[in-house]
Amino acid sequence: MSTILHFRNWHESRATSKRPSLTQLEHAGEFIRRHIGPDEFEQQQMLSQIGYDSLEALVNATVPANIRMARALSLTGPMTESAALEKLKSLVADDSLMRSFIGMGYYPSKTPGVIQRNVLENPGWYTAYTPYQPEISQGRLECLLNFQQMILDMTAMDIANASLLDEATAAAEGMALARRVATNRASNTFFVDKRCFPQTIDVVRTRARGFGIDIVVDDIGTMVEHDVFGVLLQYPGSMGQVTDPTSSIEAVHAQGGIAVVATDLLSLALLKPPGEMGADVVVGSSQRFGVPMGYGGPHAAFFAVRDAYKRAVPGRIIGVSVDSRGKVGLRMALQTREQHIRRERANSNICTSQVLLANVAVLYAMYHGPEGIRRIAERVHRLTSILAQGLIDSGLVPHNTTWFDTLTLHFDVRDGEAAMHRAKAAGINLRLDCPAGTQLGVSLDECTTTADVVRLWQVLLGDKASSLCVENLDAKIVAHGVSGGIPAETVRQSSYLQHAFFNSYHSETDMMRYLRRLEGRDIALNHSMIALGSCTMKLNAAAEMTPILWPEFSQPHPFVPLEQVSGYVAMIADLESMLAEITGFHTVSMQPNSGAQGEYAGLLTIRKYLDSIDQKQRDICLIPQSAHGTNPASAQMIGMQVVIVECDEDGNIDTGDLREKIAKFGPRVAALMLTYPSTHGVYEVSVKEVCQMVHACGGQVYMDGANMNAQVAITRPGDIGADVAHVNLHKTFCIPHGGGGPGMGPIGVKKHLVPFLPDHCVVSSGKSWIGNSAVSAAPWGSASILPISWMYISMMGEQGLLRATQVAILNANYIASRLSDQYPILYTGNKGLVAHECIVDLRALKESSGVSDEDVAKRLMDFGFHAPTMSFPVAGTLMIEPTESESLAELDRFIDAMLFIREEIAAIERGDMARDNNPLKNAPHTLADIMDEGWNKPYSKAQAVFPLPWLHENKYWPPVNRINNVHGDRVLLCSCPDTDVYR
Amino acid sequence: MLLFVIKNLICRTDGGYEIIVTIQVGRLKYAKTHEWVREENAGTAIVGISAHAQSLLGDVVFVELPAPGTCVKRQESIAVIESVKAASDVYAPVSGVILKVNDDVVNSPELINESPLERGWLFSMQLDDATELDELMDGEVYQDEHDSAFS
Repeated sequence: MSTILHFRNWHESRATSKRPSLTQLEHAGEFIRRHIGPDEFEQQQMLSQIGYDSLEALVNATVPANIRMARALSLTGPMTESAALEKLKSLVADDSLMRSFIGMGYYPSKTPGVIQRNVLENPGWYTAYTPYQPEISQGRLECLLNFQQMILDMTAMDIANASLLDEATAAAEGMALARRVATNRASNTFFVDKRCFPQTIDVVRTRARGFGIDIVVDDIGTMVEHDVFGVLLQYPGSMGQVTDPTSSIEAVHAQGGIAVVATDLLSLALLKPPGEMGADVVVGSSQRFGVPMGYGGPHAAFFAVRDAYKRAVPGRIIGVSVDSRGKVGLRMALQTREQHIRRERANSNICTSQVLLANVAVLYAMYHGPEGIRRIAERVHRLTSILAQGLIDSGLVPHNTTWFDTLTLHFDVRDGEAAMHRAKAAGINLRLDCPAGTQLGVSLDECTTTADVVRLWQVLLGDKASSLCVENLDAKIVAHGVSGGIPAETVRQSSYLQHAFFNSYHSETDMMRYLRRLEGRDIALNHSMIALGSCTMKLNAAAEMTPILWPEFSQPHPFVPLEQVSGYVAMIADLESMLAEITGFHTVSMQPNSGAQGEYAGLLTIRKYLDSIDQKQRDICLIPQSAHGTNPASAQMIGMQVVIVECDEDGNIDTGDLREKIAKFGPRVAALMLTYPSTHGVYEVSVKEVCQMVHACGGQVYMDGANMNAQVAITRPGDIGADVAHVNLHKTFCIPHGGGGPGMGPIGVKKHLVPFLPDHCVVSSGKSWIGNSAVSAAPWGSASILPISWMYISMMGEQGLLRATQVAILNANYIASRLSDQYPILYTGNKGLVAHECIVDLRALKESSGVSDEDVAKRLMDFGFHAPTMSFPVAGTLMIEPTESESLAELDRFIDAMLFIREEIAAIERGDMARDNNPLKNAPHTLADIMDEGWNKPYSKAQAVFPLPWLHENKYWPPVNRINNVHGDRVLLCSCPDTDVYR
Repeated sequence: MLLFVIKNLICRTDGGYEIIVTIQVGRLKYAKTHEWVREENAGTAIVGISAHAQSLLGDVVFVELPAPGTCVKRQESIAVIESVKAASDVYAPVSGVILKVNDDVVNSPELINESPLERGWLFSMQLDDATELDELMDGEVYQDEHDSAFS
């Protein structure tokens, strides 16, 4: 830690009048101190509580010697915040920000300033966790319910979820749903209209292979020649045409199949919605509702279905329920579909969604209101019609005779080349489907100006453009009074966004206050520690967040020519090599958009590798009983059969059972999925042996990187024996959780697997795996949030990353140590130490007092804390992961709260307080509770709401009492209720 | 304990009449996967989930039952029960054809919690092979098994 000049040391060095060197004064490691909570003095105090004299000694006692790294990571840094920002800026300095009219599901849009400043740039929104604890999440739950309402209104469907990762994976989920619910059980064929976006077709193909589904991609007119269980249509079509899909939908229904329609949200302001045309599933992206293109993401996709299929919807659904006082309260409905996926029959592993971006999209709709949205849509369409008319008048007739915002133009080779040349000179990107330029596409958007239309004429027509005039053509269109480009049968007649939520916040003052109001209902990291086990809720530093909205990162369309984004791609390559060094792998693929998608991509890579070495028969995926539910779901999606490996009493993989399973299935074993440290929060000593056993039988080892925060700079998945691992950048590498997304789950692989990594049909990554299909819509997943992890690693350097891991272990052991007198700690390593998280066992208390883990979770809200992870991996327990970013003072506040709660439980155990009427069962307590006339509870109001003195300084008031989960799932209501019910 | 208290099983069928059957302790047979079966007349049986299973699941919020006429093999997944804690498959404890399903539990899933062995029955079956019943556990054995698992 030579370059780290610590504050206290600085004082010491002054006291001894030894002058610091300039290098010390420049303090390159300054950020390390900003990221890590406890300072060195506090670390010493905590170490003595646990009984160790140094961090190194603690780590040596915790981490098995045979997996500890023998050398330091080779990384540059540490760098100060300003130095890292400067370096990043210089990386992208030469990227050219051309105007993109490429379309294909990505469009320039305007993020309203009030939303950018108060949501995207506000830690109150972006540092929140997934709303599993509804009482402290009512703000973003309201926003997400509005998102669902917006999707229902625009698509005219019955039930919508609260977002998926991207449009292409949403379409693939639509196929999986069709397979499950279609009455045509005999068919194994899913038909994809060739007018779908190419990246969507690519992802659907990938997904179909794992499920063993046959895909036919052809003109929808030929669908009747096949026996299909479902069909995917794009409306409007990829090339811009607006065709009424009703007859195609009827044709697939006649076969007992399901119609999935991919659509464009903005176009539905003018077009008849798919729900009115018989669609069963409607998917798409909400990106153009105010979310930057960000070179591919993150954006929120949507997924809506008819009522009949509501229980088959993948992902998260927000529902309306009531709290214990009968007041309306929101919650995630049907959570069992998501977090507790039925292992054997899962057809989706979706877990992370895109909450932050879904919220931006709906807030955009609320800010503009129905008239504003219609105006924006009409303007985009008008500009397209003017552009089209100008082209037609000049003799260049678009290939599509109908349109919303997209025109496809055919050229001969010479004219096409000339147009491409003029486009480049004018700083314009067009859609280019044939390299020769014989077919060009142009899609207009909210940011298009009349000057852009003139430039587009010049690009497409050359000299012939000079006589064209936007105003004249507009006057012609207005005079004709027709909706040019949109066929009469597809003109929208129905209204949308009529709910009060979409008609109340049109002034910036109103919107600003609404956002503040919602934010105030939620607990995020800007209020208190969120010690969720396995979720790594560490600091998301401002300096890490700053670059993502720089135009260089937020503006590029994902399909621009690579030479325009060479700095961007270099940053991604730089991050890939940092992650490869940290994980001990040869190559990293950035495509997977979430941890679960990383699992899927990793297993897919293993599958392709095994097929290539003539090991097709290997179809079994061994998964420890303690694994996260997404593991078996991912294996299922690859077509692997899941075999569970038992855990021993200490929560470790039972090597005896593993040996038996390998003996039984040996030549069929494809992979073992392993989480390390285990989901029980322990560094298993036998991990290397476990990997060797799997390799010895010819299988591959997949490591789930959820607990990577306990490995960085201490050990590496590649060294332990994994062939593939995913890394949750939104856990270990500081991408904020966004209230339930975005995430990123890149995978690292050993050299032999590199040729089998996912690629992309539009933009190839240019490495050796050309030709593989994609797992995400965009080539580098959610590219625009990658600078966050780049900044973190650069600012921390090897020294900082090592210190972060050490302190993460220290913080967890400090909590375990201080709680262990009052609460049993469930699993520990052989020296009585935990890894970076600890499990508090509450099961005995259920017997002695009737108090459950849920009661403790809700009571913590009265202290202003988000509950730790409940009932995972063991029912009736809480799993606490403090991360390195929490200071000793905050850890002590949390511990004091837990100890106070233990005292309250003791009072119940003694019989001083009734089992069904006590501060835990009645938690959380609201202002409404203490305003009740005649407080008749067996404890004081002060104990209810100010149980510890520091709460007087910083009190969070839960906006609702305990939400009734049962009511919410039995009476499923997933759209906005009348505003009256909130009163 | 519940097993020893239940004396009557009342099945309300679509036709509206009631069958009242006296249950002897031990005549319910249990599968390892927590389903119970009670043999009726003429090679038919009623299937539900055990009191123990419903207590593990917690409040049931949704039940998906098979269509009458569905053929099912023993140990195949045939129905889904969702609680606020988990979505679980129900496995056919014996092979046969689904005869009737209990529409009451579809409309009021809480019946499975309130009355798992009576009004919370799931479906009735025509058995392929009544001897399969012999391979299932008696109530006492089932209870011992999960008692020991939780002691």
